[in-house]
Amino acid sequence: MIRFILLQNRQGKTRLAKYYVPLEESEKHKVEYEVHRLVVNRDSKFTNFVEFRTHKVIYRRYAGLFFSLCVDITDNELAYLECIHLFVEILDHFFSNVCELDLVFNFHKVYLILDEFILAGELQETSKRAIIERMSELEKLQ
Amino acid sequence: MNSIFSGTRLRDMIRSIRACKTAAEERGVVRKECADIRASINENDPHDRHRNLAKLMFIHMLGYPTHFGQMECLKLIASPGFPEKRIGYLGLMLLLDERQEVLMLVTNSLKQDLNHTNQYVVGLALCALGNICSAEMARDLAPEVERLIQFRDPNIRKKAALCSTRIVRKVPDLAENFVNAASSLLKEKHHGVLITGVQLCYELCTISEEALEYFRKKCTEGLIKTLRDITNSAYQPEYDVAGITDPFLHIRLLKLLRVLGHGDADASDLMTDILAQVATKTESNKNAGNAVLYECVETIMAIEDTSSLRVLAINILGRFLSNRDNNIRYVALNMLMKAIAFDDQAVQRHRVTILECVKDPDASIRKRALELVSLLVNENNVKQLTKELIDYLEISDEDFKEDLSAKICSIVEKFSPEKIWYIDQMLKVLSEAGKFVKDDVWHALIVVISNASELHGYTVRALYKAVLTYSEQETLVRVAIWCIGEYGDLLVNNVGMLGIEDPITVTESDAVDVVEDAITRHNSDMTTKAMALVALLKLSSRFPSISERIKDIIVKQKGSLLLEMQQRAIEFNSIVDRHKNIRSSLVERMPVLDEATFNVRRAGSLPASVSTMAKPSVSIPNGVAAAPLVDLLDLGSDDILAAPSSSGADFLQDLLGVDLGSSEVQSGATPGPKAGADLLMDILSIGTPSPSPAQNNTSSVDLLSTAGINNNPSTALDTLSSPAPPHIATTASAGGMFDLLDGLSPSPSKEATNGPAYPPIVAYESSTLKIEFTFSKPSGNLQETNVQATFINLSPNTFTDFIFQAAVPKFLQLHLDPASSNTLPASGNITQNLKVTNSQHGKKSLVMRMRIGYKVNGKDVLEEGQINNFPRGL
Repeated sequence: MIRFILLQNRQGKTRLAKYYVPLEESEKHKVEYEVHRLVVNRDSKFTNFVEFRTHKVIYRRYAGLFFSLCVDITDNELAYLECIHLFVEILDHFFSNVCELDLVFNFHKVYLILDEFILAGELQETSKRAIIERMSELEKLQ
Repeated sequence: MNSIFSGTRLRDMIRSIRACKTAAEERGVVRKECADIRASINENDPHDRHRNLAKLMFIHMLGYPTHFGQMECLKLIASPGFPEKRIGYLGLMLLLDERQEVLMLVTNSLKQDLNHTNQYVVGLALCALGNICSAEMARDLAPEVERLIQFRDPNIRKKAALCSTRIVRKVPDLAENFVNAASSLLKEKHHGVLITGVQLCYELCTISEEALEYFRKKCTEGLIKTLRDITNSAYQPEYDVAGITDPFLHIRLLKLLRVLGHGDADASDLMTDILAQVATKTESNKNAGNAVLYECVETIMAIEDTSSLRVLAINILGRFLSNRDNNIRYVALNMLMKAIAFDDQAVQRHRVTILECVKDPDASIRKRALELVSLLVNENNVKQLTKELIDYLEISDEDFKEDLSAKICSIVEKFSPEKIWYIDQMLKVLSEAGKFVKDDVWHALIVVISNASELHGYTVRALYKAVLTYSEQETLVRVAIWCIGEYGDLLVNNVGMLGIEDPITVTESDAVDVVEDAITRHNSDMTTKAMALVALLKLSSRFPSISERIKDIIVKQKGSLLLEMQQRAIEFNSIVDRHKNIRSSLVERMPVLDEATFNVRRAGSLPASVSTMAKPSVSIPNGVAAAPLVDLLDLGSDDILAAPSSSGADFLQDLLGVDLGSSEVQSGATPGPKAGADLLMDILSIGTPSPSPAQNNTSSVDLLSTAGINNNPSTALDTLSSPAPPHIATTASAGGMFDLLDGLSPSPSKEATNGPAYPPIVAYESSTLKIEFTFSKPSGNLQETNVQATFINLSPNTFTDFIFQAAVPKFLQLHLDPASSNTLPASGNITQNLKVTNSQHGKKSLVMRMRIGYKVNGKDVLEEGQINNFPRGL
């Protein structure tokens, strides 16, 4: 199960934070800070998996953004790497060559995409096309 | 307020925040925006609610508090329009979580929305519910969600499935309700619904045994077929990732099959074909393929054994291990740890590669590899492996040294074939990474050293050489000065040379140099310095020729700023000066520390006080019950490890004379000792004892800290030579000490009777009180003795509130009946019956400590004594 998803830039600013477990505000900030510290200093030759408290964080860097997923210890890390990649592809498709600014100014849309992709900490849909279609339907209702 | 000018657009706000150059500027902008939003909220204007909430969410993401917006979410959710609802639910998920009470207010809206005609609204509600519902909400809304699993639109079905996943996680009892719906989902064609259905089934299987059985019986074959279809399917561009159609679905299916096959041979049988197919045919040049392979290997490991499959799996892992991608290697190391349980041989084949991974630059890989290596160690390869690991220890990073040294120590301890090898390896580890070595490790080393009597000379010489080179490794220094203190004479006289040693000449002065250096070095901590002082004391007896120099060093420490050092220096100095006659017996070679008991204690299993607890103390107001006073009464029990509250480490600390204020730890460490301390307090306090545990602990700390180290004869004298504070608890122990020492010269108040069996004895006599014991044996039981105690008042005053208390060592059990009266008139007497059971009947005779309290002329009087003169054979 995914416990939380974080998108952070290299300076540590959180561009997206979705928690599937309850945490206090102060705890959330602490977590974001710690994950960022863990992830930003790692050399690219190292594994994409880091132990974090009693769970693990699977992360990948795309341009200036770190995509981090915190999952249970027993989960399949390689699968979640694929999951991150699929998410990035969806964003890329939706925003047409996505960049960090797109995510900043359209954060509410990013959350909506995420909610179509992952629900309750589990994968909801694996087809990029299906998610994009759904998003366009939703956009029409706005 | 004009609503046209009531605030910036979202874009503009974001732009202006980003334009801020400093944090203070940003705070200012945010503050202003929040004020505007708050004003707008107060006006209750529905038009801007949408935008306000969006702004609030952005501000929240920046990290500012936004609690005032929570009610806005609720209002938006309650609005009829879709856009409002959407932003309302989004705000809800972002600004709230399941632990807040405000969430309960949403339940009603959620219920309505779940039944809404517009399926997009239903989708919103399911999404919100699935992400943050609490247990109560889950219970309330479960029936709705269950119904929605069968909805016509697949988007709703998949959302409902995942929402149910969360519901059953929060409320496991509801699992049965979802089983049927879930199994129908497994027949879906739509990938999204299928994957969520599989996930729901997985969740149900982990939560409920019945669900597991149901799915196992009904659905295993269907699932296998689905997996087969998907593996063999043609290229589907929509789901294709690196040549595999929907690897996520593959992985989910494999996971569910794992749960179904685990522990069930039939189900496992059915799966073997498809697992073999997936394992052999999946492309492994891309991450997606490797992910599927990894899941497949995990499943093979978890289901019931078919050896050919297992071999296949381990081969795959072997391939992974030589992959250049770090991720793959990491994952392989992980899996190999589980694989060791099944097939140790297969994994041993990869030992060299794994050892290479220990030296990898990536920290996660190093850690995993190290754990794997420690699982691979057995008697055959331990020497080789240890050598490699120690070689690596010298060049490894600081942060890794701790883990590595801990692992090496545990390997060495478990598998060392002979003592000399063990000592050698430990010495090397201490020299390289001494400061990372934990206390119980070097304590264990000392226990082993003390047991290896033929190696004493070798050990002390090796330590001497090591400490000259590596004097900054604290633990090494400690072990070295302990050994030099104990075996200094072996060091300078080159006793017990082994064939492999080169001769070295160490003069007494050199040895003392080392110890002195430990004391005076500025970065030694208190433990080391204290141990050094004790070592000096021992050396002053073993090396009489330089006793003066040793004395000077000790005297210099009298002025130390550390209280512990000062105290020890003064006491040791007085021993060296004035008590030369007992010095040599004080610092005699320490008795061999009992390894077996030490190991047991170290495992934390059995503190000595467990036997204390075996007898509940029967507390009668008059005759206070006796429980074995373990620590105060080291009466003829051979067990030198009698400190009651110690864990292994603490006991050894006591023996090494290292008891520096950690006595709180001693007494507080386990419930056993605390209760033991309670019993102590019961005995030593007059009247009904029910002290608070905290208070108990502190006063028992005083007791134990003075009494707990009575096994070390030098510290027994400490309490003798330094003035003991007039403290009622310590009076008891100090009194005990005195009695112990007075035992060296017979005390006049005790009369030994060596007559025929069971003559009456005068147990105690003072100027005011005399106690006589008469004995009888109840029929049949040789171990029991009935004692009638007669208390005779020898003074002209009347004693009131007379209480007799007694304590016996562990091997005895004592039961006191109520006394005939509490008041002892002048020249009168009262009687009390006791029953003693001697579990060591025939081997040890009875012995008892007693304490009498009474009031005379309004003053409290306390008398104590020890009764050693029980007739033999009782």
